Amino acid sequence: MSANGALPLEARGLRKRYGHVVAVDGVDLTVHSSDIYGFLGPNGAGKTTAMRILLGLLRPDAGTARLFGRDPQHELPEALDGVAGFVETPHFYPYLSGRTNLELFAAFDGGDESGRIDELLELVELRDRAADRVGGYSQGMRQRLGLAVSLLRDPRLLILDEPTNGLDPAGIRDMRALIKRLAGEGMTVFLSSHLLAEVEELCSRVAIINHGRIVYEGALSELHASATPRYRLRTTDLERARQICAGEASLRELAVDGDELTFSADEQTVVGLSRTLAAAGLGIAALVPETATLESLFFQLTESHAG
Amino acid sequence: MNRPTVFTAYRWELRKLASQKRTYIGIGAAALLPVLFVVVMAFQKGGPYDAPLGHNLRHTGIALALVVLTFASRFGAQLVTALVAGDIVATEDAGYTLKMILTRSLKRSQILAGKTLAAFTYVLALLAALLAAGLVSGLIAWGYNPVTNLSQDRISATHALGLSFAALGVFAIPLIAVAAFAIFLSVATRNSAAAIVGALVYALAQEALAALVHLDFFKHYLLSDQLDGWHGLFQTPTYWTPVVRAIWVSAIFTAVPLAAAFVLFLRRDVAGE
Repeated sequence: MSANGALPLEARGLRKRYGHVVAVDGVDLTVHSSDIYGFLGPNGAGKTTAMRILLGLLRPDAGTARLFGRDPQHELPEALDGVAGFVETPHFYPYLSGRTNLELFAAFDGGDESGRIDELLELVELRDRAADRVGGYSQGMRQRLGLAVSLLRDPRLLILDEPTNGLDPAGIRDMRALIKRLAGEGMTVFLSSHLLAEVEELCSRVAIINHGRIVYEGALSELHASATPRYRLRTTDLERARQICAGEASLRELAVDGDELTFSADEQTVVGLSRTLAAAGLGIAALVPETATLESLFFQLTESHAG
Repeated sequence: MNRPTVFTAYRWELRKLASQKRTYIGIGAAALLPVLFVVVMAFQKGGPYDAPLGHNLRHTGIALALVVLTFASRFGAQLVTALVAGDIVATEDAGYTLKMILTRSLKRSQILAGKTLAAFTYVLALLAALLAAGLVSGLIAWGYNPVTNLSQDRISATHALGLSFAALGVFAIPLIAVAAFAIFLSVATRNSAAAIVGALVYALAQEALAALVHLDFFKHYLLSDQLDGWHGLFQTPTYWTPVVRAIWVSAIFTAVPLAAAFVLFLRRDVAGE
């Protein structure tokens, strides 16, 4: 919560249509203070459209957005006070140097931040190339300059669209470490990503969007807990075990995988199954619960809501 | 942190213009034109003696810039103006920098006002370059001598020099109206080439209409006619009617497209890459 008690980011019922295509359809988002909030979805799911609405670049057909309690549709630029970020790849004036671009954006925020610019160039490791024209920068360098431009505003809420796009492995590691550090210092971070491992590593809360609709929003830990556990079973008689499992009404998604069976079931069903297998004279070599990965949950949510 | 102002946007628009080669190509062309004029006249006997003040060439250098302006007013001035004004917003769309600057602390209206002022400043710089180069090359070639005005009266070189500055000012007003229309197209089309070509077609269509239509009433209220409004300053006594008309007709031709540009720019979506 901010000083006035408002959430850093709140969206209710956002809807945007392009002709016959509904890009976002009733999107609700709630981002709490100091969250690292992941916004996940397949390409074309509506992530960027929603983020553009949040930053006041697009007007929604319906719904409201609030940034620290202010409406980016009607209260710009004040609604962006304390907010910084970019959607899609950050772009700059290619004929100006990296430093001059930073000076321009600092001026557009009403500041003369020459000391801060040096500090940020150092932070994003662009100090040596600061005098070069941005036209000669790689995508990774532009991405880092984009972060520097965002941090110029000393934001309390940082909105980032695929922040590790175009970075090399070391750059990705450094960017993730920086995001963690900023969140540790109290900054709220809202980031979109299609990299599930990245979201799993960084984020405490997530929203998953598919075909313009939010299919899950909440804590990542709750998402994991909500998943029905999957098990792997290896016995002394695969076919007999398969027949017994198929007879269990509360056991789902039964499949043969090599010399093992896989299935979803709750713990009570698994206890009962182990007794049944033993009573039938089958030896249980392994009965192992599998932790659901974010990837498997993501595909479950997006593919079950497809179409 | 202080809120940025229109002046912030204007200052940075000028700095961006100053960092691009295209800016200097336009101003360089404006400065080169009078020099080429003098060189061509040095190699031939005739000259554009039928043009307003043209009969002064070879007698005084003061008239050169205004004679060149008469030729530039048919096409060149509009072209160079459209090249910058038509590009000034559309280039931010094409380069995807619009989404970056619209998420800072400037209002959309301040950003567009800064761009508009910068485009207008460029028009003035263009004419200043033409006048300066015209005066320097004209004075070197033909000296600082009295001018015979459009009423065939002789006026002193110093008086003519003062009138030249005023004439450039009057000429700038309809040219600014061309810039305003180019800015409108730059906002509306989001495409530099379309805005530049569209603004040129707009200016040339008015020239064509003026040539085709023989109703003076109609002709006098086209933008093309206002480009000749400065002629009134070189008559004895000063004929104010075309000067005053150039001001108010151009003001309307400026205000309408600019108002439309602001309405569009304030309401528009900034869509994806």
